Amino acid sequence: MSDENATPDDADLSRRKFLTVATAATGAVGAAFTLVPFIASWKPSERARALGAPLEIDVSKLEPGQMITKSWRKQPIYVVRRTPESLAKLGGHDGNLKDPKSEASDQPAYAKNDMRSLKPEVLVLYAACTHLGCLPKQFFTVADPAMGADWPGGFFCPCHGSRFDLAGRVFNGSPASANLRVPPHKFESDTMLVIGVDATQGAA
Amino acid sequence: MAASTDTTAGKTGFRAWLNKRLPVDEFVDSQLIGYFAPKNFNLWYFFGSLALLVFVIQILSGIFLTMHYKPSEAMAFDSVEYIMREVEWGWLIRYLHSTGASFFFIVVYLHMFRALMYGSYRAPRELLWILGMLLYLALMAEAFMGYVLPWGNMSYWGAQVIVNLFGTIPVIGPGIVEWIRGDYGIADSTLNRFFALHVIAVPFAIAFLILMHLVALRQTGSNNPDGIEIKAKTGADGKPLDGIPFHPYYTVKDIVGVGVFLLFFCGVIFFVPTFGGLFLEKPNFEPANALSTPEHIAPVWYFTAFYAMLRAVPDQQMGALLMLLAIVVLFFLPWLDRSPVKSIRYKGWISKLALALFVVAFVALSYLGLQPADGLYVILARIFTAVYFAFFILMPWYTSIETCKPAPERVSYHA
Repeated sequence: MSDENATPDDADLSRRKFLTVATAATGAVGAAFTLVPFIASWKPSERARALGAPLEIDVSKLEPGQMITKSWRKQPIYVVRRTPESLAKLGGHDGNLKDPKSEASDQPAYAKNDMRSLKPEVLVLYAACTHLGCLPKQFFTVADPAMGADWPGGFFCPCHGSRFDLAGRVFNGSPASANLRVPPHKFESDTMLVIGVDATQGAA
Repeated sequence: MAASTDTTAGKTGFRAWLNKRLPVDEFVDSQLIGYFAPKNFNLWYFFGSLALLVFVIQILSGIFLTMHYKPSEAMAFDSVEYIMREVEWGWLIRYLHSTGASFFFIVVYLHMFRALMYGSYRAPRELLWILGMLLYLALMAEAFMGYVLPWGNMSYWGAQVIVNLFGTIPVIGPGIVEWIRGDYGIADSTLNRFFALHVIAVPFAIAFLILMHLVALRQTGSNNPDGIEIKAKTGADGKPLDGIPFHPYYTVKDIVGVGVFLLFFCGVIFFVPTFGGLFLEKPNFEPANALSTPEHIAPVWYFTAFYAMLRAVPDQQMGALLMLLAIVVLFFLPWLDRSPVKSIRYKGWISKLALALFVVAFVALSYLGLQPADGLYVILARIFTAVYFAFFILMPWYTSIETCKPAPERVSYHA
């Protein structure tokens, strides 16, 4: 053999090709597994997960008709103490809602009811608009001049104009397609609301 | 290798020493002097080299910004204010960078419009066009992440809206959003990784794509306003009859372009750096606040056309898909155009009208994306979105039925 690189006549080329493909495939699998730590490093860290612990709120300090904004896992949460009058109005506009029974919306099973809440007067919502995550502003006044004479009170998103009622249900004609989401929550006592856990599943 | 011996022959001293080890002269001779570009280039042919200039400005000003900027939730906003108020000449370096971002898009949009006009995306330049589109995508990612870094309220809410777009992907969407943010909201982790991507990963990708774009250009040669191939008519020496050496002819021409460009660029930096809220938006002079949305969330002007399309659709998933399609359809342009000629000069009136309407639609959508999403604005956005897509979808039809003028044999050139 004068040339080391020349292929001998009796070389088994199919065997050589198989080995080349097998080696390349093994290398590719190894490279793919090497990606795992780098991709996983983007997930929420242990610290971020620990900081997402549940949040306690004493709802007895809320006046009827008052809303407070709290932050849980960096997500703003609205807690509203609804008045009996506003609760009475909730059933009156189902025809104008995209999802009046919350069939296609995201909420725990215990909030999938007419009031979308555990206790009728306490409404707990993720504040982020289901359209693109802006914060809908509170427009609780019935027939607010900015919202029109038939406005029952609710939320209006200033970014893209989505409108929601006082159960966080989205009105027809809004860019958002689902009702405002309800976070997991439970009542530790009659007035102590805990956000981030529910009575059945424990910590979310 | 005849060329390499030619370039070192007759040279002495350091130049000969250097060229034996690094083929500098050979490179200049073969790639710049030996590269023949059409002699009928017009004003529209400045924007490629200007895009490269802005890239260099962004890299240089960016390096100096990183020396003072702190990529953390707690310090980012303050460090930008520190650069603006306390770092010597910091305001200039930051305005160079923020104005550079807007000028990058101005130059790139004009560069892309030139390609649309003269059919520069047509065979054999399909890959050149696709590499350019990839550059445009990389530039969008770079601009978006850069916009988040000052951690103003519009940075924060812009990031919120854009990252949530990934949440509209069926099934895996919510998981992907959490993975991108690295937290349960736009947080320190998000800012920190956007900084890394903005400063290292994406600039490397852009530099690589620019290199590929230039190599592909060198391979096919530049198109020209007549849309004919100058390589088809060569003289006895094998050189294109309608071509002139890129260097010194076009290097000198481009330097004039650089001078004019810098007049506009410096004018903005020194007199109107925020450009009336278009280049630097007013809400971004307030720190990020997760509990307070700005009155109108709007991206910077260069994204507003696509943002208007997103908001024109009542369903968010469909809106996000439409926005994606608006970009993806551009990649298919080389195969949508069936015209026998490349340049708009020889195309029929339908193509001319279509291109004019497309430009009107893009400008109108860019305006509408800055306005609130209600009433007439939404209706107009829907109309112009339809016009935008009609330009592409109907292209195979209108480019094949219209009567075109025959393209000339040689470039039209008036000295």
